[in-house]
Amino acid sequence: MKVDWSTFWPRIIEATGETITMVILTLIFASIIGVVMGLLLFVSRKGNILENKIISISLNVLINVIRPIPFIIFLVAISPLTRMIMGTTIGTFAAVFPMTIAASFAIARVVENNLISIDPGIIEASKAMGASPFQIIFGVLIPEALGPLILGLTFITVGLIDFSAMAGTVGGGGLGDLSMTYGYQRFDTSVMIVTVVILILLVQISQFLGNLLSRVFLRR
Amino acid sequence: MIKLENVSKTFEYKGKKVAAVKDVSLHINKGDIFGIIGFSGAGKSTLVRLVNLLEKPTSGEITVNDHPLNSISSRQLRQLRRKIGMIFQSFNLFNSRTVFGNVAYPLKLENWPKEEINRRVTELLRFVGLEDKADKYPEQLSGGQKQRVGIARALATSPDILLCDEATSALDPETTGEILNLLKKVNEEYKITILLITHEMNVIRSICNRVAVMENGRVIEEGEVYNVFSDPRENTTKNFISTVLNDRLSPHLIEKLKKKQPTKFYRIIFSGEATSEPILSEITSKHNIKFNIIYGSIHELQNQLFGNLIVEFLGDDPVVEVVLNELRMVLDVKEVELA
Ligand SMILES: Nc1ncnc2c1ncn2[C@@H]1O[C@H](COP(=O)(O)OP(=O)(O)OP(=O)(O)O)[C@@H](O)[C@H]1O
Ligand SMILES: [Mg+2]
Repeated sequence: MKVDWSTFWPRIIEATGETITMVILTLIFASIIGVVMGLLLFVSRKGNILENKIISISLNVLINVIRPIPFIIFLVAISPLTRMIMGTTIGTFAAVFPMTIAASFAIARVVENNLISIDPGIIEASKAMGASPFQIIFGVLIPEALGPLILGLTFITVGLIDFSAMAGTVGGGGLGDLSMTYGYQRFDTSVMIVTVVILILLVQISQFLGNLLSRVFLRR
Repeated sequence: MIKLENVSKTFEYKGKKVAAVKDVSLHINKGDIFGIIGFSGAGKSTLVRLVNLLEKPTSGEITVNDHPLNSISSRQLRQLRRKIGMIFQSFNLFNSRTVFGNVAYPLKLENWPKEEINRRVTELLRFVGLEDKADKYPEQLSGGQKQRVGIARALATSPDILLCDEATSALDPETTGEILNLLKKVNEEYKITILLITHEMNVIRSICNRVAVMENGRVIEEGEVYNVFSDPRENTTKNFISTVLNDRLSPHLIEKLKKKQPTKFYRIIFSGEATSEPILSEITSKHNIKFNIIYGSIHELQNQLFGNLIVEFLGDDPVVEVVLNELRMVLDVKEVELA
């Protein structure tokens, strides 16, 4: 039972669009939440500019509980919450919700790690200049970490393409869904190959853009 | 200007207490270039960091520009810090900002208008001799140039005080000299009080007018640089001084002198007025004896000369005794112990 390619190409293009939508929307929301959480993780650390034990411990525990859960299980486990907030668990937009939650925690760690690698002397110099914690966060921490941060976000984006394929299999649509329903379940190797090639291309393009952008900030 | 009264700082590290600064009292006057010297771990960095409250003292009182720091709010502290510049051994420049951006940063914190920032940064870069490097990033600069940027950045908001934590320790001797000259210029042209710490006596000798020697968290000796150099009391101080004055005999020379025993050798120290008069030759020729210079050095300290001679007197013992007594009335004379 082969597919009819003349009618199948539009399906592929549609699915590619769904995948890109899922990834980009997730990236936007998860970056906002993740950067805020990552900054909080960093500044609340012991000895840091806004040291706060309660915030530090609760964020760390939360992240360490959520992060090890395999995404496919997380996706199913969180579906009641997804239905409550998005109204449904099926479709591209509904998939963005669990993806955003999972990605936020990953991004929070990436952000924290990049902030930790900033030379503490630079933060100290800003303090000595009379900068407030707010001014240090936006004027020093973010610009200093931006180059490696973009690389970290690129890494996350590649992971999101993977997530989106999984979200697809539970009704999110996109290339993952397509490749599962036609390629895997109907044993049509050609569909499988086409979707996999497109996924590889998407990964390559995101990596290329990420490298390009980070180079602007890293100057190397 | 800066007053520390019985200041102590104890760190708690993994349950252990480390007393980094112990009961230090210092007064730094307006216009001073005050140097603090000590070995690694003596507590020097901790001490300067107390002045702008990067570290909070465990006990004691610190007053800066008549502001007692004990009761300062965090808002007032930020205000005060804008009047205290600081430069560092590792420069601590913002890698994401150009030279211009680094120097402009403290002005942006104060919301200066753009044209004013341009004018001020250009003026500062000219002062430190980097007007052609405004668009470069820190990684494109040499160590000396980085420190110049650090100095320009620290001066941006016209501070009254400049704190220097080992500002020249990462630099080669020639660049060190250039940066020290620049600091001297900062002190003279902008009338900025400088508190610097170092482990190199050469830095103290080149630009400081007052010095404190730190050991194990305590200030063990303190005073005018000339007085401390010409009459050090503590062993640590003497060791530091001999690193720049070469007033120690080499083991080789000591061996040679030992062979001439029982002849006695004397160290004569000239300081102040004594360096401009022919005291030694006048007194010896009056008693008709000769002297032989074995070793010696003369240095300039704070525009005064400071000399150090090791001599042997050729004459009968009783006459030499008389000469020695007369010399002792105007100079510092000690018998050299060869053991
Ligand atoms: N944040 C800290 N926590 C724990 N101990 C500290 C801390 N900062 C400094 N110390 C300890 O305090 C002592 C004095 O340190 P400090 O950095 O002031 O010395 P220093 O004279 O500046 O030495 P160096 O020449 O190596 O810079 C050292 O024993 C150091 O280990
Ligand atoms: Mg130090």
